[in-house]
Amino acid sequence: MDTYRIGSFSFSSRLFVGTGKYVTFEQMSAALDASEAEVVTVAVRRDCLTEAGGAREDSILDHIDMDRFTILPNTAGCFNAKDAVRAARLGRELLEGQGNKGFNWVKLEVLGDRKTLLPDPIGTLEATEKLIELGFEVLVYTNDDPILAKRLKDAGAASVMPAGAPIGTGLGILNRNNIRLCLETLKDGDPDFPVIVDAGVGTASDVAVAMELGADGVLLNTGIAGANDPVRMAKAMAHAIQAGRLAYQAGRIARKPYATASSPMEGLIEATT
Amino acid sequence: MQVIVNGKERELTGNISVSDLLDLYELEPIRAAVEINEELVPRATFSNTTIKPGDRIEIVTFVGGG
Repeated sequence: MDTYRIGSFSFSSRLFVGTGKYVTFEQMSAALDASEAEVVTVAVRRDCLTEAGGAREDSILDHIDMDRFTILPNTAGCFNAKDAVRAARLGRELLEGQGNKGFNWVKLEVLGDRKTLLPDPIGTLEATEKLIELGFEVLVYTNDDPILAKRLKDAGAASVMPAGAPIGTGLGILNRNNIRLCLETLKDGDPDFPVIVDAGVGTASDVAVAMELGADGVLLNTGIAGANDPVRMAKAMAHAIQAGRLAYQAGRIARKPYATASSPMEGLIEATT
Repeated sequence: MQVIVNGKERELTGNISVSDLLDLYELEPIRAAVEINEELVPRATFSNTTIKPGDRIEIVTFVGGG
């Protein structure tokens, strides 16, 4: 089996899926199932606090099989290191309560700008260091900058997760060369260090591209949840993970500027004059 | 006493713990995580953590996210 490790975890599915933006919990559950993911992300937010006797809204925790999935809490929406650390600690407390094995890890996001939702590199590094001090296994969302990626790995991140494109844009892998450089830098002398491409995926081919470049996995949410048929798209993403992974393992041919014939040039019938 | 719960002012009476506050909202403690004045309150201490006037309390749970 083609398994890989992230920190203390071992997985065979290379697709991480988010749980946001689904129209209904039923649709979400069906899409999670179809994606074949083992890891699903959730966010920490204020409870809606219905007073005693009032009708409570359904909780997402009623719709995720806690025994099947490893929950990865995120710090989405945090714009400084301090808030991200607070969110991570709250998430850990919640998951411990649920008895889910994902309680000690976190998908760290420290965002720098509300329009692009691009990461704040300084805050991201600060929060990574602090969370590691607090005993977390940190999967850190970052720009596709190989130098910063290396700094985050050196700080002790369990996985570095460069963005393919800004969150929710569906623009795909905008800078393949940077993702390739991130992979090369992070895996230099440490080929099993897990690198997950996170964010920006629009459709199945984007997932395949990330995997063909040698990523260990892809994390996405909107690409599935926002599709016209999320369950079908979840299946497509699962296939793309397989296709991209196999292609990476198989080793692609070199790119060449001119044609080379696939059929023999010998034994041709006499050419018309 | 006046406190702030999830950004809203709220009047509480008597000696009230975090556990009591969650009861008011019919929230199961295992489904909530709590901060008071930006400090995490571990679940094990919910029942012996007393809320004080002016406390800013955050009660959070999980929602869908990516």
